[in-house]
Amino acid sequence: MKVLVPIKRVIDYNVKVRVKADNSNVDLANVKMAINPFCEIAVEEAVRLKEAGIATEVIAVSVGDKSCQEQLRTALALGADRAIQIETDEKLDALNIAKLLQKIVDEEQPQLVILGKQSIDSDNNQTGQMLAALTGMAQGTFASEVKVEGDKVNVTREVDSGLQTIALNLPAIVTTDLRLNEPRYASLPNIMKAKRKPLVVMPAADFGIDLSPRSKLIKVTPPATRKAGIIVDSVDTLIEKLKNEAKVIS
Amino acid sequence: MSILVFAEHDNSTLKADTLKTVAAAQAIGGDIHILVAGSDCQSVAQEAAKVNGVSKVIVADSPAYEHQLAENISLLVTELAADYEHILATALTTGKNFMPRVAALLDVAQISDIIAVESSDTFVRPIYAGNAIATVQSLDSKKVITVRPTGFDPVATDGSAEVVAIDSVTDAGISSHVSDQLSVSERPDLGAASIVISGGRGMQNGDNFKLLEGIADKLGAAIGASRAAVDAGFVPNDMQVGQTGKIVAPDLYIAVGISGAIQHLAGMKDSKIIVAINKDAEAPIFQVADYGIVGDLFDVLPELEGKL
Ligand SMILES: Cc1cc2nc3c(=O)[nH]c(=O)nc-3n(C[C@H](O)[C@H](O)[C@H](O)COP(=O)(O)OP(=O)(O)OC[C@H]3O[C@@H](n4cnc5c(N)ncnc54)[C@H](O)[C@@H]3O)c2cc1C
Ligand SMILES: Nc1ncnc2c1ncn2[C@@H]1O[C@H](COP(=O)(O)O)[C@@H](O)[C@H]1O
Repeated sequence: MKVLVPIKRVIDYNVKVRVKADNSNVDLANVKMAINPFCEIAVEEAVRLKEAGIATEVIAVSVGDKSCQEQLRTALALGADRAIQIETDEKLDALNIAKLLQKIVDEEQPQLVILGKQSIDSDNNQTGQMLAALTGMAQGTFASEVKVEGDKVNVTREVDSGLQTIALNLPAIVTTDLRLNEPRYASLPNIMKAKRKPLVVMPAADFGIDLSPRSKLIKVTPPATRKAGIIVDSVDTLIEKLKNEAKVIS
Repeated sequence: MSILVFAEHDNSTLKADTLKTVAAAQAIGGDIHILVAGSDCQSVAQEAAKVNGVSKVIVADSPAYEHQLAENISLLVTELAADYEHILATALTTGKNFMPRVAALLDVAQISDIIAVESSDTFVRPIYAGNAIATVQSLDSKKVITVRPTGFDPVATDGSAEVVAIDSVTDAGISSHVSDQLSVSERPDLGAASIVISGGRGMQNGDNFKLLEGIADKLGAAIGASRAAVDAGFVPNDMQVGQTGKIVAPDLYIAVGISGAIQHLAGMKDSKIIVAINKDAEAPIFQVADYGIVGDLFDVLPELEGKL
């Protein structure tokens, strides 16, 4: 079976982003970019399914400008077989991204689509579920274990109260949580090999989808800063402060 | 203008965070209805009827809704959507799971995780792990929104709404529930507790979390953890606080053996008072802490427990 893995180029998770002085957005100039950590886990899971003989082909797809080819190459180096870039310079709403991905699903007919649960920039947590709705597929979000069994996939999900296991008919959508697996590092030979793997560019404008924005970013501001605290010299002082100054314990 | 609020519950009790989502609905303004979808969930409906500011509770009671499978719940909510301009759910794992599905079925965007309401179409939400705060205007006719509980104060519960049962059963038939592995704890819920004490990698193992338990017992606190502590297997996943775990904002948050990575701060930095206990004076957690103790947690915790 084919596995499709949508991936996103985002700010590196170690970087603390800053808001632009004019409050129009965050400042991404000269910031280190990377593959969204959850997408990396998605690629890893797909590649493991291939190594286990369950998947036959792993296709990575990204919606974005030319720079996202870098992350597609990373996915290829991690073991994806080929890549598709849906090219657009716009920052699209999750719904529009899901609509573009739906077209790829229609064309490629994957049995499994594995996405990240959340982009660490927009923190949306939407695209996988939307794609599932648009394709009429079942979804296993926040997955910490994925087991393909016959024409079903069992997904163990991280939920507020613990873990929940559900069974989904295939084809299905899975979104990854952090503990699903630990992604490998791309080896140098694999990075070299990835340069020769196929990467197709498809302009988003050719998809025949109305991609007009569904929301407008009015402004972006820095979060409230906390005022500097103090280091206390003893447990006694701490308890005294918590009781009498902060009044949070009695 | 009507607003539909999806009730979070476990088929027996209404989750208190729903009261905060109703507060968000009140800030938007309009006639507020609550949807209780579940199985044998009449007691939840009775509780929901008492939530202030709500005029109607719609109950969809069917085995198809017992486990809140996204495929089934999203069909139900979409069926009801015609009557509402806003559809709200709490940004917890259930709401996060099915709401984007509702949005896509309605062909509208979703605004995730709002922490404030500017107007009926403009909302405030954190992005980049809370390192930036975005004000976003929805351009869609219907607004599908998830509400971050820490952004709103709960409404009171001395109201009396009418309760209406609907017999719609929407079973998509493509997914089924297999099993649950739930963490049972006598302690308050992480999201609801007014005091949270969390342990990180510095705790070294799961056994040492007992050091936190003694203090939690004395303070009536919930216990949380960093991702590193969860990944290392010290404690279960539902204890993770952070950007991709639970978001908490208690009156008092005590971080023990936690360095203060941005992903962890994203889940707790709106707490009223933050205490950090860490042996490394340079740990970033001290930059957000109101009170810090630089010291070895294995000395500090027993002393703290003894003196409380
Ligand atoms: C996509 C993504 C999402 C993430 N989401 C989350 C999230 O939701 N929540 C989260 O927490 N993390 C998250 N992380 C992980 C995060 O980046 C950090 O790795 C993690 O928070 C570190 O946990 P820690 O502070 O317990 O461990 P460390 O960073 O290892 O810190 C341990 C601390 O303990 C102190 N210490 C050690 N021994 C003692 C002692 N005896 N006494 C006192 N202090 C001691 C050390 O000085 C150190 O500061 C995420 C990461 C990624 C990539
Ligand atoms: N521009 C994009 N291109 C490809 N996949 C994406 C894109 N944006 C989001 N995704 C996928 O959807 C997941 C969840 O993203 P989000 O809904 O934005 O939080 C990501 O982890 C990706 O797998």
